[in-house]
Amino acid sequence: MKRDYREDFPLLMQNETAYLDNAATAQRPACVLEREKAFYETENANPMRGFYPLSLAATESYEEARKTVRDFLNAAHTEEIIFTRNTTESLNLVAYSYGLANLKPGDEIAVSIMEHHSNLLPWQMAARMTGAKLHFLECEQDGTLTEETLTKGIHEGTKLVAAAQVSNVLGCQNPIEEICRRAHEVGAVVVVDAAQSAPHMPIDVQKLDADFLAFSGHKLLGPMGIGVLYGKRELLDAMPPFLTGGEMIESVTREGAVFAELPHKFEAGTVNAAGAAGLAAAIEYIQGIGFPEIMEKEEALTRQAMEGIAKIPHVKILGSERPENHTGIVAFTVEGVHPHDVSEILSSDGIDVRAGHHCAQPLLAYLGDNVATRASFMFYNTPEEVEKLVDSIASIRRRMGYGE
Amino acid sequence: MENRNFYNEILTEHNMRPEFKHELPDANIVLEGKNPNCGDDIFLKLKVEDGVITDGAFTGDGCAISSASADIMLGMIIGKTKEEALQLGELFLKMIKGEASDEEIDQLEEASALKDIAHMPARVKCAVLGWHTLKEALKDQ
Ligand SMILES: Cc1ncc(COP(=O)(O)O)c(C=O)c1O
Repeated sequence: MKRDYREDFPLLMQNETAYLDNAATAQRPACVLEREKAFYETENANPMRGFYPLSLAATESYEEARKTVRDFLNAAHTEEIIFTRNTTESLNLVAYSYGLANLKPGDEIAVSIMEHHSNLLPWQMAARMTGAKLHFLECEQDGTLTEETLTKGIHEGTKLVAAAQVSNVLGCQNPIEEICRRAHEVGAVVVVDAAQSAPHMPIDVQKLDADFLAFSGHKLLGPMGIGVLYGKRELLDAMPPFLTGGEMIESVTREGAVFAELPHKFEAGTVNAAGAAGLAAAIEYIQGIGFPEIMEKEEALTRQAMEGIAKIPHVKILGSERPENHTGIVAFTVEGVHPHDVSEILSSDGIDVRAGHHCAQPLLAYLGDNVATRASFMFYNTPEEVEKLVDSIASIRRRMGYGE
Repeated sequence: MENRNFYNEILTEHNMRPEFKHELPDANIVLEGKNPNCGDDIFLKLKVEDGVITDGAFTGDGCAISSASADIMLGMIIGKTKEEALQLGELFLKMIKGEASDEEIDQLEEASALKDIAHMPARVKCAVLGWHTLKEALKDQ
């Protein structure tokens, strides 16, 4: 049964602006807020430390959340799911632990040009520290990574490939399955940044055959401060810990320690159990609606926005001409008007968008734009909000003094 | 639907038809000012003789607020002594912080067109970029 999902979101009910910055962070439905609150009200104790009922309840909620994430990603094993703070931490975990232990001087790390800084800087760091080299997989103007780019850019010398499943600027979806196939042919592992895909499409890590995959709870209607790293068990098992300390050990002596089994080996210190429980509630909420309906709604909003914007002179949309290739993300430039002024004007009309380089400076420099404004939609946005966006964009040049 | 029109005529005029956005070959002080978050990046060029700013210009890229503010600033400081220019800079900052009196704002002439920035914390850095660069440039003199 289709219904108005906005009612599920307390912020949307009281906020008067059109919130179109969902790619930066989504809003949370009441069930997520209530789940976090319930954790603190009825189950709060330090998970995994105590043997009394409260601590056991906290542990159980936390581990149940892990199972929910496992099902969400269709991972083969629950211990392949590691909780982190966010995508950035997940990717750093892989770079510091897997990267520093496995990369050698002269090895190549293939990174797509459209990566968010979070899936680029960790690899720049790993390259600096190991002597490996970065190679950029450059996309076409519409974001496509061609087969030729992949076969040429991923070769015998490549040891690791880092790629976003969906670009946070262009919204295009990268061919992760093909990238994994090609990488595995040459013996490389693939690190997938799913920050912008996980909220909008079903992910099956086994079908993709991804080696590592990261996403953030807060972009997926979950709480801030909880994120996920999926890794294949045999890879995670062989990796050294990232952070060390409490909760991640079997035993400690004066000289050393035996580290805990997966996944706890990678979850040092007190974990964000309430956040994990909130994330599980968010995933269940999304599953309750179902991706087919989510995708249909988001594509309709994207299409409406792109068709409206296409009619406005001097405004250019970045990436593909096809709305289905945008995953709800529409980044654009207005000729002669800086994106900060664009977003300021939109904001004065009650529309929340993002402006700037979107933490993807190499991509924007490569595309020749440097900065852009981005509107990003979720299924809870409305055609009225999109209309308001299009009308406001159409008025910008006139309001900035261009006599139109 | 169009609410508070922050981009008033003074601002859009200075942004679209800046008087001082050009090269200045005989500048004896050139300093880059940058807002890393928004990508505003200007070069302030000054010709200072005997403690007086005899000419000035700017080049670079930025949003309307940073460009217009730099352009207005140059119109105000050319012909002034360094000390007078720096004092205007202090006044401007005071206005942006929302701490200037009406008389003080009047002294800022056209730059007072930016006084509403006081209510726009995200844009303060854009408005003060030129003035901030000026202060840095004159400090080393
Ligand atoms: C593609 C992509 N990767 C990584 C990130 C970083 O996410 P977080 O800030 O939650 O670590 C973002 C979001 O900003 C993103 O869009």
